[in-house]
Amino acid sequence: MTDIAIAARPRRARVIINKKIAPYIFLLPFLLLFAIFLIVPLAYALNLSVYRSALVGGLRFVWFDNYKRAFTDANFWSGVWTLFKFGILQIPVMLILSLIFALILDSGVAYARAFFRISFFIPYAVPAVIATLLWGYMYGPAYGPFAQLAGVLHLAKPDFFNDSSIIPAIANIATWEYMGYNMIIYFAALQAIPMDLEEASVMDGASAFTFAFRIKLPMIVPTIIVTIIFSIIGSLQLFTEPYLLINLARNTINSHFTPNLYAYTLAFIGQQYNYAAAISFVLGGVVAIVSYVFMLAANRRVSE
Amino acid sequence: MTIVGKTNQSARFRRSRWLMTLLLGLYFVYTFVPIWYVITSSTKTNPDLFTSFGLWFASDFHLWQNLYDLFTIQHGIFRIWLWNTFYYSLVSGLGAAVFATMAGYAFAKYEFFGKKFVFALVLGAVMIPQTALVIPIFLLLSKVGLLNTPFAVILPQLVFPFGVFLMRAYIDEAISDEIIDAGRVDGAGEFHIFSNLGFRLLMPGITTVFILAFVASWNNYFLPLVVLNSTEHFPVTVGLAQWYASAVSGSGGALLFTVVMAGALVSILPVIIAFLIMQRFWQGGLSAGGVKA
Repeated sequence: MTDIAIAARPRRARVIINKKIAPYIFLLPFLLLFAIFLIVPLAYALNLSVYRSALVGGLRFVWFDNYKRAFTDANFWSGVWTLFKFGILQIPVMLILSLIFALILDSGVAYARAFFRISFFIPYAVPAVIATLLWGYMYGPAYGPFAQLAGVLHLAKPDFFNDSSIIPAIANIATWEYMGYNMIIYFAALQAIPMDLEEASVMDGASAFTFAFRIKLPMIVPTIIVTIIFSIIGSLQLFTEPYLLINLARNTINSHFTPNLYAYTLAFIGQQYNYAAAISFVLGGVVAIVSYVFMLAANRRVSE
Repeated sequence: MTIVGKTNQSARFRRSRWLMTLLLGLYFVYTFVPIWYVITSSTKTNPDLFTSFGLWFASDFHLWQNLYDLFTIQHGIFRIWLWNTFYYSLVSGLGAAVFATMAGYAFAKYEFFGKKFVFALVLGAVMIPQTALVIPIFLLLSKVGLLNTPFAVILPQLVFPFGVFLMRAYIDEAISDEIIDAGRVDGAGEFHIFSNLGFRLLMPGITTVFILAFVASWNNYFLPLVVLNSTEHFPVTVGLAQWYASAVSGSGGALLFTVVMAGALVSILPVIIAFLIMQRFWQGGLSAGGVKA
């Protein structure tokens, strides 16, 4: 039908876009918005970060003073340290679970695989706000099911909100939310590996899970690296979960618990937009460096 | 996959199969407990929430009353929040999908000056911390008077770099250069070719990007938290979080606990059901992202 339409009106004046300019026209709407809501705000924030507002004299150009302050700000680095502890715990636990379940689902050594695949993914559809709210209730010392169970068994009530337990408590929420998402990505990568390899190994008598582990796992290493990088980026931006748990864990979660929380507090409670902008750029630098170093290390490993 | 099951039915294999199923079952319990908890809690009265066992129903079935409270409290503001969430997600999801498709098509099917650089720029955008963007967006929006309007939430969410990345991968695979060249031989313009491909070949990809952008917007909290301040513009995430904070700190009255639970239930069920119905699309999209990466 479309062919006829093209053939039937060959002479109608139509703006035929040149092959050379066409890509720019296709890109235009996206890039326009990209510029307005990404490039311009970033440039603006960069500009903000080299000024300081003083009570007397208003805005003053201060070069890199805000950055100097950030580099020596104990509040900022304690937030980075929290993220480090969080990431080093949460990312491996989550991704190893994702990988094990993806391998089990892919190698077929379990029943009801489609059911498990879909249900593990469901938490991804639950907004982080609601996931935090649900776990927050369940962690509750007065009425949470864990506290209730401990009461029935005459055990000490678990405290999810003290200094040593708050990071695992948040890590648990994040794992609950994103394990299935990463599992689906691994599963898809495993499924994309051609079948003939598999048939060959069955004839060799290799058991299905060993085969998956020894032969298929190394083949999805690039996918694993990408998920690790995305998890690092996600972890370094931790905000929603601790922000909502503040009311439950007043003694452990302070206003600079994570760098994003700190920047938010500085900007929207302290009105220190300039310093907050500098903080978020330093955090962006940390994200870029960590991702880059990891990528370098991973590439070296792979090429060896 | 099935080959293994059919050729190897030894007792050992069956046993390991049950073992693995048990492992999956344990994780399923973990996944399901919070969802089960919100279901049981929304059916309780506020005193029962504190006295009855958290993971089972209380004798008094109070769900309908909680739902009634949820939708009538503060002049039915929850209905407005639900509508706002739906409206923001729909508009930003549609916009993001269309713009990402056009951009992805340009990256997949054309060679042009600056292509590598622009694509690297788009990918690099993923690394930018939210605060680095949201703080200046807040200040800029306040300068042009768009703060505390639906535009403040919708416009920034039209930029969905991950969608561009996905569409490029999808178009690379789904649309051959021959089809496009055939169109050119027929004398069709570049835009004509693109729009004719649209509904037949691009639709699965567009749908996937739409769903992902829709969910990203549905789940978004930080941006609306910062750029909105009147309750009548809130999406569900910001509104419920506010109720939750006031329930926890005790300032909002004891009633709020069960109402917050009912609100959580009402706001997650439609998305879960939509996910179950549309699983073909999101699974396809995530696969494309994972495999191509």
